[in-house]
Amino acid sequence: MAWLVRNADQVAIAFVQHVGISLSALAIAFALALPIGVWAARNARVQAVALGVAGFLYTIPTLAFLALLIPVVGLGPANAIIAMVAFSLIVLIRNIATGIRQVPPDVVDAARGMGMSATQVLLRVELPLAVPLIIAGLRVAAVTVISVSVVAAYVNAGGLGTLIFNGIATDHPPKIWSGAIAACALAIAVDASLSALERRVRRRRMA
Amino acid sequence: MLAEAWRYLVAHPAPFATALAVHVALSAAALAIAAFVAIPAAIAANRRPALAIALANSANVGRTLPSLAVLALVMPVLGTGFVPSLLALTLLALPPIVQNTLAGLRSVEADIVDAARGMGMTAREILRRVELPIALPAIFAGLRTAAVQVVSGAVLAAFIGGGGLGDFITAGIAMMALPQLLVGAIPVTLLALGVDFGFGALQRRLTPAGLRA
Repeated sequence: MAWLVRNADQVAIAFVQHVGISLSALAIAFALALPIGVWAARNARVQAVALGVAGFLYTIPTLAFLALLIPVVGLGPANAIIAMVAFSLIVLIRNIATGIRQVPPDVVDAARGMGMSATQVLLRVELPLAVPLIIAGLRVAAVTVISVSVVAAYVNAGGLGTLIFNGIATDHPPKIWSGAIAACALAIAVDASLSALERRVRRRRMA
Repeated sequence: MLAEAWRYLVAHPAPFATALAVHVALSAAALAIAAFVAIPAAIAANRRPALAIALANSANVGRTLPSLAVLALVMPVLGTGFVPSLLALTLLALPPIVQNTLAGLRSVEADIVDAARGMGMTAREILRRVELPIALPAIFAGLRTAAVQVVSGAVLAAFIGGGGLGDFITAGIAMMALPQLLVGAIPVTLLALGVDFGFGALQRRLTPAGLRA
């Protein structure tokens, strides 16, 4: 703990890097998953293929994935972000598609009957009703991305994992602990706040 | 590059076989210990709501912890090697098994349990002949998730001296020796995919005929 206090600036820099790289990966993953998820909700075959591929990517061990990318993109943040995006696609696509599919057909019919176009139905009816499930997907994806990002320090992507690896290399337990505890705290905090957000959105839906 | 990796593998068969054996032993042992702890714990908690909530909450928190952080937290306390890695991997395998066993038992409808009790079954018979068979697919889904996570986490055990296929990856990255890196990364990927597929098949097989979709 004393080490953590004395080196708060170093830990803070690693923490900010960690959050930054995780947020970038999450944003890219969401931008990819949204159109795929919408398409998958309309077409069962697309859903089967998308979930099959994303599930395959998700099963690959993190460090192996990062390692397999080295011959292609080398070391650094790009490598890490590709891996993080690949790992978070499955839960995002699944939750977006399920969220849209579970909108009751009569609600969609009513919207169409009011003269809404397909795009309007999607943007103003289906996606808003899918929001709680989409947030649930983002929560799991965020935790996944934070976890991958710890390992990604090994391929020079920076973040809290750097403290862990430096600590192991120099046999310095306080440094290892600071990195590991900060990473756990970040994951728990993100999980808790997104699940609070999800509950709040759900409750507002009910009212 | 694949050909070079293959030549590296053929030139070093013994270290590869050892690493593969350690990897499988580490993963299988962690999964077995976690199953022996998590499934009975979830069964015991099922009838006690307060305990079930406490168990579910700790499993939720456990599920969010980054794998490498768990390994890193264990190392300064227990040191490096096989046993600390085994402990860390067991901790990683517990949450999904607990969550799925609880969910499986909770999915058993009260009417079915009532009917079984009306037929004169004891609590133990209800558990063994009604609740567990119905919960079995969910329990296996949990084991499957845990197994993939453990095989994947065991790669990281290389960082705390646990051995396994991760050794080839870390050495390959450290020396920028791509063939060596692939000799670790490709087999461990196949292992994870195989475990996922195998448990998936087992899960479908063990679903009671009456519950199959």
